This record gives sequence, structure tokens and C-alpha cells, in this order.
Amino acid sequence: MSATTSDPRLAPTRQAPKQRMQLSWTDPRFRNLVWQALVLAIIVAVIWYLVGNTRHNLEARHIATGFGFLESTSGIPIGEQMIPYTSGASTYLRALTEGVLNTLKVAIVGVILSTILGTIIGVGRLSPNWLLAKITAVYVEVIRDIPVLLQLLFWYVLLQGLPAPKASIRLGSAVFLSNRGIKVPLLVWEDAHTWALVAFAVAIVLTFLWRRRVHRQRDLTGTAPKVWPVALALLIGLPVIVWAIFGAPLTIDMPQLHGFNFSGGGTITPEYGALTLGLVIYTSAFIAEIVRSGIQAVAQGQWEASQALGLHRGQTLNLVVLPQALRVIIPPMTSEYLSLAKNSSLAVAIGYQDIVSIASTILNQTGQAIEGIAIIMLVYLTISLSISLFMNWYNAHIALVGR
Amino acid sequence: MSGQTATIIGTASAAREQPPASLVGPWAWARRNLFGSWWSSAVTILLGYLIVRWAWGFIDWAVINAVWSVPVASNPLDTAAPCRQMAGVGACWAVIGDKWRFILFGRYPYDQQWRPALCILLFIALYGVSANRAFWRKELLYIWVATLAVIAFLMWGGVLGMDYVAQDQWGGLPITLILATFGLAFAFPLAVVVALGRRSTQLPAVKFLCVGYVELIRGVPLISLLFMASVMFPLFMPEGLNPDKLLRAQIAIILFAAAYLAEVVRGGLQSLPKGQYEAADALGLSYWQKTLKIILPQALRMVIPPLVNNFISFFKDTSLVLIIGIFDLLTAGKVAMADPTWTGFSTEIYLVLAAIYFVFCYAMSHYSRSLERKFSRARNR
Repeated sequence: MSATTSDPRLAPTRQAPKQRMQLSWTDPRFRNLVWQALVLAIIVAVIWYLVGNTRHNLEARHIATGFGFLESTSGIPIGEQMIPYTSGASTYLRALTEGVLNTLKVAIVGVILSTILGTIIGVGRLSPNWLLAKITAVYVEVIRDIPVLLQLLFWYVLLQGLPAPKASIRLGSAVFLSNRGIKVPLLVWEDAHTWALVAFAVAIVLTFLWRRRVHRQRDLTGTAPKVWPVALALLIGLPVIVWAIFGAPLTIDMPQLHGFNFSGGGTITPEYGALTLGLVIYTSAFIAEIVRSGIQAVAQGQWEASQALGLHRGQTLNLVVLPQALRVIIPPMTSEYLSLAKNSSLAVAIGYQDIVSIASTILNQTGQAIEGIAIIMLVYLTISLSISLFMNWYNAHIALVGR
Repeated sequence: MSGQTATIIGTASAAREQPPASLVGPWAWARRNLFGSWWSSAVTILLGYLIVRWAWGFIDWAVINAVWSVPVASNPLDTAAPCRQMAGVGACWAVIGDKWRFILFGRYPYDQQWRPALCILLFIALYGVSANRAFWRKELLYIWVATLAVIAFLMWGGVLGMDYVAQDQWGGLPITLILATFGLAFAFPLAVVVALGRRSTQLPAVKFLCVGYVELIRGVPLISLLFMASVMFPLFMPEGLNPDKLLRAQIAIILFAAAYLAEVVRGGLQSLPKGQYEAADALGLSYWQKTLKIILPQALRMVIPPLVNNFISFFKDTSLVLIIGIFDLLTAGKVAMADPTWTGFSTEIYLVLAAIYFVFCYAMSHYSRSLERKFSRARNR
């Protein structure tokens, strides 16, 4: 044995000797096992008891369990339809699908709009303009401290209080605000538009590839062509060309007032409008705070350093501050998106037919309480999990690459 | 020494010379903060115009043209006639004058309404005492238990010459405060247990249960839990035993709040340096001695600001019980709006409700922010 290995600090760590578990209270492993068994036993016993009660109660009320009711015909009228549905002919399953789609319609539009509004307000709070900073601060403080349900009800009353179609408020030439909702011109959708949309998606991918190539060339040679002219040409040119190849159809369905109601055009119902407006306003106040604290988390030295390098304010924000701020912003933003998706369930209070509203109507009609609530929970768990997964992927994508 | 002379000369001249007039005073301030650049000036002018216009419109509606009280008419439907003449032009605050006791106390017997009023004051006093750092001791627990017990006695009555008031007659602001405060009081111990369970390395089954509970509750909206409480809960109970609606909603709120609080407490547990755990182990303390005497007192202190923030959101979330028909502040307001005498004046009632919620939430968030500042100052010292 040499002198070096006799030093106990350099000796390889010895594994603790493996001991068999002893069936004695002095063995911590045995104790832990007993405690866990006890907890599980209690939980199982409680569930057993509840299930027993439930079965007894269901039998007493003559309610059959199971999801068989999904196939039977539903008599729920649904005003807000994304897929064809007729009350009295379609199944409950289809009604629920309609509800899920309506929930997604609110959640997706809400997430996008509240991110935009929240970012604007959050940046506004840091503005050197005193008036703008104060107004945005007041906005955030007031909106955050009032329950979202109260705000939704308020917006709903306000939208319902608009004049009747005959006296509707006209914005521009073809947008009408009335108590039937907001009427907007709608493009008559044809194949050409679908293909143009596909072309747009392709253009986005091509732009990304082009940008990556340019950046690589810049890293290698120090000079590179500009990104934006090609990007602009791709993003606008490609869809327009595809659209033109298909004959450039362009028919716009204009809303028109006939007697007491409108015909044609697209409608944003008061329910959908109030729900989206309320959720966007409420969530944007929280997002504004996240954006503000994210930007403030970037050290002052970073601003000064990029100024010293001769970058102007826009470049500083884009290239130096935002990439660093995003790392702070993304995790809390995820939980805001999650809470927006969950808050969309408040639709039931103002009569927008989202999944909760439709499931609870079904639950009242059929008495299938357990199944109805299980469906609601399953839908939201799926939505929550999808948002979490996407945001985690994005977070990993922008995270600091450690060396 | 040349350096010293330079400083002396510097201070002497600085004491006499004022900054130039263009850098001080309101004009300079406005130039710097309102008209710093073209862009800034445009924003100031646009916002200034909008504020003046809207603020004027609002004052016109809410103060100048408002109807503050109306004489009682023989036909109750005519009472609001003076308000209806001003509809759209001026606010009708008379509806608040007529309905404020209903909004605050719901259907609680009219001559007994001093009891819920006293409860509201007790709740506010309880918040005030809890906010004071001098009271952050074991005694605070007794204060909470005693106050909540007194509130229960006051609301129910039936003792000391107070009439018994059944729970279905309660309503208004006390319900909101009860749901939020009792919710916190019961959710907090549960949250601590769940957070400890989630951190446990020795008991994988318990950890699994805690993770499942927290993630399940946090993944679904409160509404679905409230529906569960109102529709599914009666199915779970043996026949004949049916706890009332408020209690069921309260249980749902406790379960909901505990999942969120557990995550807050877990944050506090994680932020403790590992040395604290190891030192306690080295002293030979048992798990519960270590947890109760070393870990929790430090961890809980750290999570007080996020705890207050969570309390604010529970306070707002209690308004969701409207959907399952419990008579909280918001429901009382909605019922007041449905009174045929006062239809069409919901905006005024919503504004008052919003103001009540705002006062409570703003006070708490203001407190939470000042606490955070104090804490971070103490940490950075």
C-alpha cells in the first residue's frame, strides 16, 4: 500500500453494508413500509366506503352508470357551432365535441390576444413617459384586484345593453355592433384560400430556413444579405401567387340589415365576445406584470453594454434584452396560460356553450353526474397537459445553453 | 494634497451653484417625463386627450347627473322613475341606497343584521392582527381559533339570547369572507402535510399520492370541483347524511386551495439550505422534531408573501360559488339586480361590488408587496 491510498479522503467510498430488513420497529425501512401500508389502507378504505355509498345511491335513484348515454340523441340546442350539429338528431358525444371546440376557440384566441395586450402594457409600465407608465400601472392594479367572474358578467351586461339591430352602432362601412353581437364581413371560403393558407405555412418554414442560412453565412464570413426582403417576398408573394393560380376568387359576404335582424356576414356573439374580452383583459394584467419583471430582471449593465456597442434601442431590446428576459418570463407565463384555459370554464355563468356548460346541461338531463364531471376534468387535464408540454418544450428551446 | 483641495473647492462651489433653471421645476419635469421625444409627446397628447374625455364623461355620469336618492312611491315599480328619466345620462346611486343592506348581508333577518356586520369587522380585525409581524407567534393560532369560533356563534346564534339563524339565510359579504378565511384556515395545515409528503424520499407511496393530488387539482378548473361538490358529493354520502350546500362548497374550496398552497409551502421547503436538514439530523432529532422545530418555522416565514398572494386569488375565486347558487357577495348583487323595481341599473351595482372586492384585494396586495420589500431588505443586508 502506498502512502497516497492510506489517506482516507482518497480512498474509494465504501458502500454501506447491505442489511436485510428486519421485522422490527427499530428498523426505519420497516417502519416506513408500515406507515405507507397504513396510509394506503386508509385511502383504499375511504374510497371503498364512498364507492359503496355511491352505488347504493345510484341504485336508489335508478341511474345507470357508464358512458352509453353518449350515443343517445341529445336535445340540447347549441347556438355556437363549429361543426354541424342539430338538436334532436345529433348525439351527446357530438354535443360534447362542440363544447370542447368552443372551449378551444376561447382559449386559443384568448392566449394570443392576452399575450399581445399584456406585452404592450408590460412594456408600457417601463416607459420613460410618466403618463403612460402610470396609466398602465393603474390598469394592472385595478384589473388584478377584481374577480374575473365579476368582470365577465359586467362585459356581458354591457354587450347586451347595446342597441337593437335596427339602431346598431356602425363601425366603418360593414361592422355592426348590436345586442345580437358584432357583425363582421366574412370571406366566402373556397379551395383557393385553403391552398393559399398552405402556401403561407410553407413560406414560414422557408423563411426560417433562409434566416438560418443567412446567420450561418454571417457567422462564417462576417457579411450576409439582409433577411427581411426575402422573408417579405416569401410571406406575401407565395400565398398571393398560389391564390392567383387558383383564379383569385374574392367574394366577401357583407352583413346586411333586413327588418329586425342581419343576414350574411360573420357573427361574434355577445357571449363569445364578453368571455374573450373579459379573459383577455384579466389575463393581460397578469402577463403585463410578468413581462415587466422579466425585462427588469435583465441587469442594467446589459443595456449599457449594448449601448456601448452602438446598438440602438430596438436592436438592444431585440438582440440583447428579450432573449434573456424570455428565460425569466416563460415559466410564469405558462401558468398564466393554464389559468386562462381554466378560467374559460366561467363561460357557464354567461351562457356561452363551452364544455362545462354543455356537460352540465347533459348532467342535468340524464343524471349522469359522475360521468359528466369526469369528462369535464379529463378535457381540462388534457388541455393543461398540452399547454405544459408545449411551453416546457419552448422553454427548453430558449434556455441558456450551458457549456 | 491636491486631491483634498480639489474636493474642498468642489463642495464649496457646488453649495452655491443651483442647477440651471431648465433642469428643475415642473416644466423641466414635464419636458423630461412627458415630452422627452417626439414619440413620447405624441403618446402624452393622445392619452391626455382620452383621459380628459373619458374622465369627464365618467364624472358627468357618476356625479353630476347622478340620482342619489328617490322618494318612496306608492307603487314599488314607480320608485325608480326618477332614475329611469336619467337612464344613460346619469348614474342611479339610489339603487345602492335601497339595496346596500341586501347586497352586504343577503337574506339574513333584517333586525339581526348587526351580527353579520360584526362578523365582517371581526374578519377585518383578524386580517389586521395577522398582518402585524409582532403577532407572528404561536398565540396567533389561538387568536384565529377563537375569532373563527366567535364568528360561527354570531352567525348561527341560538345562544346568549340571539335568535337562531339557519345557514340558508346567510348571505352577502360574510359568506365571501367565510369561504375565503375558513378555506385558508383549513387548507393551510393540509397543504403543509401534502408539501411534506411530496418532499419525502423515504415514503414513495405517500409521495406518489401527494403528487397525484396536487397535479390533479391544479389541472382542473375550480368550477369542476364546485360542480363535484354540488352534484357528486350527495352521491358519495350514506343516505340521510347530506351536509348543506355551503359546507360542500367550503370543502371543495379547501381541497382546491390546499393543492395550490402545498406548492407554495414546497417552494419554502426547497429554499431552505440543505445544511439545516443535515444539522438537525446530526443533532439526532427525529423526523417530526426536525420538521416542527427546525424546518417549518423557517420555511413558513419565507412563504408568507406568496401565501398572501394566494389568499388574494382565493378571495376572488370564492365568487365562483355564484355558479352553484350559493349566496355570496356577487350572488347577492345579482339577486339585487333582478329586483323588478330596479331592473336596468346593474352597472351601478357591479361597480359597487367591484369596489368592495378591490378594497380588500388591494389592501392585501399592498401589504404583500411591503412585506416582500422588508424581507428582501433583511436578506440582502
